[in-house]
Amino acid sequence: MPQLPGWLRLVLADDLAKQQRSISVAEFFEKNKHLLGFDSPTRGVITTIKEAVDNALDACEEAQVLPDIFISIRKTGSDLFRIIVEDNGPGIVPKQVPFVFGKLLYGSRFHQIRQTRGQQGIGISAAVLYAQLTSGLPTIVISRTGVKEQAHRFEIQIKIETNEPDVLKEEAIDWDRIHGTRVQIEFKSTMAAKKKLLEYLKYTSVVNPHARFRVELDEEAFTFERVSQEVIQCPVAIQPHPHGIELGQLKRMVIASDKKLLDFLVEGFSRVGKKTAQEMCDRAGLKGTLKVQGLSADQQKALLAAMQEVSVPAPPTTQCLSPIGEELIRRGLDKEFQMDFVSARTRPSSVFSGHPFVVEAAIGYGGKLPAEGNAIILRFANRVPLMYQQGACAITECITNVNWKSYNLSQQGLPTGPVLILVHVASTNVPFTSESKDAIAGIPEIEKEIVLALQDLGRELKTFLSRRDRSKLAEDRARAVCAIIPEISAKVSEIVEKPLVDTTPIEGKLMRKLIAKKSTRDGKVVIELANYSGFEGEISAYDISADNAADAVPKADFVSEMDGQFTKVWKMTIPSKSTWQVTYSGKGGGIIEIRGIDDNKKMVVDLDV
Amino acid sequence: MSREELEKKAITSLLGIASAWYDQMKAGEIPSISLPSRTKYNIEYDDASEVWKYGDKESLRNAASAKSATHLLKMAYVIGFIKEQLRENRSSTLREMYYISEGWKRAKFSAQDESNYLIEDLEILSDVPREGFHLHPEENGASIYGPMRIREETRRGMKTIHCQDDVGQAGYTIPNSVENIEFVDHDAKFVIAIETGGMYDRLIENGFDEEHNAILVHLKGQPARSTRRMLNRMSMTWDLPILVFTDGDPWSYRIYGSVAYGAIKSAHMSELLATPKAQFLGLRPSDIRDYNLPSDKLTEKDIEALRSELTDPRFATDYWKKEINLQLEMNLKSEQQAFAARGLDFVTKKYLPARLADMGII
Repeated sequence: MPQLPGWLRLVLADDLAKQQRSISVAEFFEKNKHLLGFDSPTRGVITTIKEAVDNALDACEEAQVLPDIFISIRKTGSDLFRIIVEDNGPGIVPKQVPFVFGKLLYGSRFHQIRQTRGQQGIGISAAVLYAQLTSGLPTIVISRTGVKEQAHRFEIQIKIETNEPDVLKEEAIDWDRIHGTRVQIEFKSTMAAKKKLLEYLKYTSVVNPHARFRVELDEEAFTFERVSQEVIQCPVAIQPHPHGIELGQLKRMVIASDKKLLDFLVEGFSRVGKKTAQEMCDRAGLKGTLKVQGLSADQQKALLAAMQEVSVPAPPTTQCLSPIGEELIRRGLDKEFQMDFVSARTRPSSVFSGHPFVVEAAIGYGGKLPAEGNAIILRFANRVPLMYQQGACAITECITNVNWKSYNLSQQGLPTGPVLILVHVASTNVPFTSESKDAIAGIPEIEKEIVLALQDLGRELKTFLSRRDRSKLAEDRARAVCAIIPEISAKVSEIVEKPLVDTTPIEGKLMRKLIAKKSTRDGKVVIELANYSGFEGEISAYDISADNAADAVPKADFVSEMDGQFTKVWKMTIPSKSTWQVTYSGKGGGIIEIRGIDDNKKMVVDLDV
Repeated sequence: MSREELEKKAITSLLGIASAWYDQMKAGEIPSISLPSRTKYNIEYDDASEVWKYGDKESLRNAASAKSATHLLKMAYVIGFIKEQLRENRSSTLREMYYISEGWKRAKFSAQDESNYLIEDLEILSDVPREGFHLHPEENGASIYGPMRIREETRRGMKTIHCQDDVGQAGYTIPNSVENIEFVDHDAKFVIAIETGGMYDRLIENGFDEEHNAILVHLKGQPARSTRRMLNRMSMTWDLPILVFTDGDPWSYRIYGSVAYGAIKSAHMSELLATPKAQFLGLRPSDIRDYNLPSDKLTEKDIEALRSELTDPRFATDYWKKEINLQLEMNLKSEQQAFAARGLDFVTKKYLPARLADMGII
């Protein structure tokens, strides 16, 4: 580029300066929709529902109520969809409603250190903005905080230039719900992702077994029932951990504090005692009695460095995290997927960069899962299903890195066959790869826990599979043999030129059953029970025929007559691999039945027929 | 045993097997049969007959698994087939029987090896050679060239044949059933059984048989039963020394083994088929060294075979241990025809005379 004359450069800079101004968050978002999961109209539906449902579940959790969430999606125009999400949560006080829905980055949980679904307070207001941008329609919110309060109805938009709520209309109304919130958002979209949406709800239901979802999709209705009546214990916020803090956060805390440095450290951070705090001060070369507000930028930097260096016990994990638990994961999976095998694991909680986290995983096998293709992967972060970018997620990476072949599964990158793998990462700060919160970043501490959980489950699955294979093999063999032995019998009988031998007893022996045979020869009826079943409980033989069996040895335990037909009953227990026999004079015929033993463990052969 | 007696024995034994199964099934038992285990771990030296026979180890085949049930079913079909064949006085080759099994559905053989093996099982069970079942191999026997006269009962009547004067230059072909041959007379000092056709032809061309009064037998690789039976009978009837001349590799030692001691597969018939007096002429591993013959490196399979021979009871002699270990050490093998490297006459003029003198034959 040729050098411009000096005066021209000045004019240009002047012009540019006129164009330079601060950008509102809302404006920024308008241009970067993909960052928040609104990159396509189809995805917009799912993101909106996801954000609304996350908020509803979080709110119910805080209020300790069992969530009852209603979701409706209805087509209102050629490409317009109206989405309604209604919950039975605590409601939002009218004063706050415009900010919650009409201002980006407004939230109650951003500064709290505990496990929550939503975090930054972008989600639902982003949906409001998206609606405003595509349909031009305001979002309608109804909320009621209790039986004594009236419900309030709002029509809200966002002022894009200033990121401030714009309330078009507000009124007090009557509402049949005692408490709760209803959001109605209308925007341009398609229902191309219907399957994905139902999948999302199904997965959400798996990890929130205490919640009930009712869904209306145009004319179709679905219900995801709750399987647990227990309210989730709401995680309690903890103080930040010295190892998990960055300079910006430290600055904010410093400005807000009127304490002396030592007390600031002890009271403001978790797991910092007097001794640790003193060590930090010493390392930073600062006196513990200094007022923190007076710390210079350099001193703050030194303090931060010292805080990272001093060894501090891991933060407490139990109160601030809320794992689902092995039992509830199993029940949740059982409810939505009918499988032959399910096992779940909750790992002990652990820490990365000062953030507590816990990994949970589950493996399901067989049943109604598709027999071919890759395993079904269910990824969750803080009880929220991750629906997109499976390939970019550390969870997928971990699953791929496990050698599933050693657990008797086939594998092509992911394991293949009728397998389902669930991984849930719960943390006070889930490390996502981007703001759309689709994929978890590869943090070594988390990856290690995921792999350990999967390996543990893999071993359990292998035990199940080999046991299943063994019994299947035995059955296959018995079946094969039972098909061949009659042929041997036919051929051998032909060679020796004698009547065909009945091979049913041999088959019974091989199939491990109880064989009952009744035969009549020369006026004597013989009933023989040979027990190969392994069952040794009491059984009864019912013999119904025209014979009264008066001379039976042993005598019948019970005889009754009806229309010339005698029902003779013998009760007995037959030790394994031995036989029991009764003989009496008669003509035979009639019916013989064995009771007291499973159908698949017995075989009745009437040799007279 | 006369032909009729043999057939009667065959039918009685086979029906006995079927009857035993019939009775087992009638009693509600899973049909089963016991057979000697047919591996090298179950062959024993029989002092009286000087051959290797099956020992006491038996394996029970019962129909409790799909595989062995199918085996029993096949056996039943074969017994039925032989019964019909004997009744109608017909005969078939082993290969024909294999093709006939195509129509036996589940009892069909998957390969001819399988049906051959099963026939051998029946030979063991009934103590009747397969000729008694009217089953014979399709392969023609190997050939004989030398100063001997035999009388053969052919389908076209009785024929007397001198194996030098009455035959072409390929020699007399050994028929499937050697039992019908009468040994008339001979003018030989010894018999050389040769593995390859090339060496057999070389000896005929060089007139080795006339020069040394030798009977030459072409083994055609692993010798067929009829060839082995022929050698057995020449040894028994005329008490001629039998010398086995093969390549110098592990597979050829097995050829010698089956001539001298009997094959593991047919150990039940060793008395008829083995020639305990047969001696190994060569090619010995020490010949490769002593005559500096052109040679090849041993392959992995060769080495494996040699190692396996070291654990084979038939080769458990000092002579064989020494030779096999020498070969493993040299890591070399040679073919019979490698002698050609020293001139076409070398084998007949030098090697054989020297070796035969060494063995005390000439």
